[in-house]
Amino acid sequence: MLEIENLSVEVGGRRILKNINLKVESGYTNVLFGPNGAGKSALLMTIMGFSGYNIVEGNIYFKGEDITDLPLNERASKGLGIMTQRPPNMVGVKLRDLLEVTAGEKVNIDALVHELNMDSFLDRDINVGFSGGEIKRSELLQLAAQEPSLYLLDEPESGVDLVNISQIGGMIRKLLHGEMKCAGKRRKEGHSGLIITHTGQIMDYVEADKGYILCNGTIMCSGNPRELLGEIKEHGYGECIKCKVKQS
Amino acid sequence: MQSKTELKKKALNALEKRSEYGEDFDLSEFKVTSGGPEAIQNLEELDEDTKKLLLSAGIVPSGKGRLGTLLMTDNTVSHSSVTDKNIELTSTRKALQKYDWLKDYYWKIVPVDADKYTASSYLENADGYFIRAPAGKKSSIPVQTCLMLGAKNVSQTVHNIVIVEEDAQLDIITGCATKKEVEKAIHLGISEMYVKKGATLNFTMIHNWSEQIGVRPRTVVHVEEGGTFINNYICLRPVKSVQTYPTVKLEGKGAFARMNTVAVAHPGSELDLGSRVIFNSPGTKAELISRTITTGGKVIARGEMIGNADKAKGHLECHGLVLSSKGMQRAIPILEANVEDIELSHEAAVGKIAREKVEYLMARGLTEDQSVGMIIRGFLDVGIKGLPEELESDINETINKIGSSSV
Repeated sequence: MLEIENLSVEVGGRRILKNINLKVESGYTNVLFGPNGAGKSALLMTIMGFSGYNIVEGNIYFKGEDITDLPLNERASKGLGIMTQRPPNMVGVKLRDLLEVTAGEKVNIDALVHELNMDSFLDRDINVGFSGGEIKRSELLQLAAQEPSLYLLDEPESGVDLVNISQIGGMIRKLLHGEMKCAGKRRKEGHSGLIITHTGQIMDYVEADKGYILCNGTIMCSGNPRELLGEIKEHGYGECIKCKVKQS
Repeated sequence: MQSKTELKKKALNALEKRSEYGEDFDLSEFKVTSGGPEAIQNLEELDEDTKKLLLSAGIVPSGKGRLGTLLMTDNTVSHSSVTDKNIELTSTRKALQKYDWLKDYYWKIVPVDADKYTASSYLENADGYFIRAPAGKKSSIPVQTCLMLGAKNVSQTVHNIVIVEEDAQLDIITGCATKKEVEKAIHLGISEMYVKKGATLNFTMIHNWSEQIGVRPRTVVHVEEGGTFINNYICLRPVKSVQTYPTVKLEGKGAFARMNTVAVAHPGSELDLGSRVIFNSPGTKAELISRTITTGGKVIARGEMIGNADKAKGHLECHGLVLSSKGMQRAIPILEANVEDIELSHEAAVGKIAREKVEYLMARGLTEDQSVGMIIRGFLDVGIKGLPEELESDINETINKIGSSSV
C-alpha cells in the first residue's frame, strides 16, 4: 500500500527526517511511536504532501506508484487520507458544505453524522470553537466521508476525554477493520492505517500489526507493536537510541 | 424645525464642501436629467438586457415574492406598485405632497450641509422612494426598489425615506444598476430611515454599478426603544468609487443594530466603506461585520462605535483578504467610550488566504481552485437571506472567478 524509501526531509532548511524506510502493507495497521519532536507528525505531513516539507532524498510509493512529487489533492484522490493534530479554523466553511463536496457516492453521511454525534455541528464553521474531542470527531467524519484506503492518523487520542476516546477509538476500528475479527481476513480486505500514538491507548481499540519507533528523525526500530510499547514503557526511548547506536 | 430658507441657505453654502472621505467629484461634469423615461406599467415588458440587469441587482421583474416594487431610472420614478395595500410605497415627492407630517422626517437626520453631495441633492429636490410599514404590520416578504442609471454623464440624486412604525417588521431589498451604454455617471443617495419602538427593519442593498460610476450614498438610521435594524451591503462588481459611511443612532433602550458589509474591490475600484453606530440609550447593542476582498482595487473598511450610554455593548469585526499584490486593504476600526459602563470591542485582520487552510481542503481531495473558492465563499457568507436565485448564482460566478484568478 505505502512504501517509503530512504526518505530525507527538510523543514525551513533543517533536516528533520533522515533515511526513513517504512512500509504499510495492504490491510495492515501500523503504529508509529516516538518522543516529542522526533519527526512523527512531519513524516505524516510529508506523506500527505503538505507544503513546507521538502523532500531532499528518497521516494514515496503509494499503491505501487511514485507519488513523491504529486500535489496533495491528487494524493487524496488516490486514496490517502489524514487526520492532523491541529487543523486550522476554517472560518466560513461549513462542515456540511465540505462533506457534500468530498463524500463518495456510496457513503451514508447521515448515518456517520449520527454515529459520531455531529448533527449539531453540520452548519458550524469547521474547527471554529470545537473542543479537542469535537475536532477529532469532525476529522473522523470527514475522513469517513472521503473513504481513503490508507488512513494517516496523528495521535487520535490526544486531548480527548474518556467518553470521546471510546467513541473515536470505536470509529477508527470500524473504518479500518469493519466488522472483521480474523486477522487474515482483515489484512486481506480491511483498510490500511498508519497511526501515531504516544500512549498506545489507541491499540485498545484497533489491532496494530506492526510498530515503528522514530527518534531524532530516524527509524530506530520496528517490530511487534505491543512488545515495542512494553519496552518503551519500561525503559523509555533512551534505550532504543543506545540499541541503534550499538547496531551501527 | 428648520425653515426651507434656512435649509436652502445651508445647502448653498455647502455646495463646494468636499466630503471628509473619498475622491472628490466635480459635480459640474454631470447633468441632472429631468423628464426621463416614461412610466413603465409592467417591468416584465422591459427588454431582456434590462431585466437581466435588474435580476443581477436582486430585483425580480415579475415582482413575484415581493410586497412591492419601485423603479427609479436616472431622476425619474418610472414604476411603483404594491401587492399588499397595507404597505405604502411611492415616490418621495408624491408622499411629501400627500402627507404634511412627512416634513418632520425630511432632511431631519441627514444634514443638508454634510457635504457637496447632500447639498446638491437638497437643491435638486431629489426624488426617491418612500416606504412605510404601518404599526404592527409584520412581513418578511421584501419590498424591492431599484435605482438605475440609464443616461450618459447623468447625476442621479435620490432621497429615500423609510418609516417602520411601532412593532412593525419590514424587509427591503434595494438594487442599484447601470445600463450598458452608460460610461460615466454619478449617484448621490440620501436615505433617512426611522425604526420605531419595537419595530424591525431588514435592509439589504446590492450595488451592481459599473467601472466608471461614482457613488456617494448618505444614510442615517434612527432606531427607537427595542427596535432592530439589520443592514446588509453587497458590492461584488467593479465600480469606480464608492464612499459611504451609514450611521445608525440607537436612541431607545435596548435598540439593536447589525451591519454586514460584503465587498470586492476589482482593479480600478476604490471602496471606502464604513459603518457607524452611536449608542445613545442604555442597554443598546450592535454588531458590525465587514468582509472585504481586493483583487487589485483599494478597500478602506471603516467601523466606528461611539458609546454614550451605560450598558451599551458592541463588537466590530473587520476582515480583509488580499488576493493581489496590486490591491490595498486598510481597516480602520474606531471605538469610543464616553461613559463608564460600556463594552466595545473589535477584531481586525488583513492578509492573504492562509496556505494552511487551502491545503486543509486539498487534503480532502479538492483542487486548489475549489479550495480557494470554498474559502472565499465562506468568507463572504454572512448569512444574507432572501436573495433571488439569479443573484445567488451571479454571486457564485463572481466568487469562482475571483477564486481561480487568485490561484
